[in-house]
Amino acid sequence: MSDIKADEIIDLKGLNCPMPMLKTKKALQNTTAGKILQVEITDAGSKSDMPALLKRSGDELLEVKEAGGVYTFLIKKK
Amino acid sequence: MGQETNTPAIESVAAQVKELESRIAALESKGDKLTMVLFSGDFDKAMAAFIIANGAIAMGREVTIFVTFWGLDVIKKANFSTAGRGFLEKMVLMMRPKGAGKLATSQMNFGGIGPKLFQFMMKQHNVEQLESLINMAIEYGVRIVACKMSVDLMGIKESDLLDGVEYGGVAAFLGDAYDGQVTMFI
Repeated sequence: MSDIKADEIIDLKGLNCPMPMLKTKKALQNTTAGKILQVEITDAGSKSDMPALLKRSGDELLEVKEAGGVYTFLIKKK
Repeated sequence: MGQETNTPAIESVAAQVKELESRIAALESKGDKLTMVLFSGDFDKAMAAFIIANGAIAMGREVTIFVTFWGLDVIKKANFSTAGRGFLEKMVLMMRPKGAGKLATSQMNFGGIGPKLFQFMMKQHNVEQLESLINMAIEYGVRIVACKMSVDLMGIKESDLLDGVEYGGVAAFLGDAYDGQVTMFI
């Protein structure tokens, strides 16, 4: 377990491409700078989608974990 | 004294800096656009187009989908009257699917069973349906530009197409395509 504390948990489990990216983007838009989002996704494509998305948005990917088919991304809003 | 003579020079430098800044911003925003031509009215190809469009929106890109020829079937309303059209126009309109919910697949259509099968499988896999992908795209600001020439040619009226659709010609497409680095023909 990481010791990074998320400010908000976004549950996107069960959603498929492109929904996890759209909802992540929306969640990032709705939060304030410096806040940390924990995004949980079951779509395995998100493993490469998320870094690509965040590279463009400029938000920081702090950590990626995979457990039991769930990808957990910790993202710090720019 | 010295300050007075310097002021116009500073002002002109400031103006030049401002102009350069706006030109750099224009250059930087270049490539932020995705332009698509949706020529096909196939269910599967339309799915691809709108999944990519929504993904691009998530990545902060501006998206324009230029819809022409068979692609117009995708953005038709589910119900509209063909009253007031010529015989040929009526015939073409009657033979084409009305809207995203009635499209055929490019492969394995099986007389209309194919799309139903795929829609069922998409539900099982929790993949968003085409209609909702289209609605989302419009909601998130994807510009959908219908080719006016094809619209007129096929006897389509603006009221037959989804609300929020714009109309344009080849210059509208090329204008957007020149502004971006990614262009697709589907």
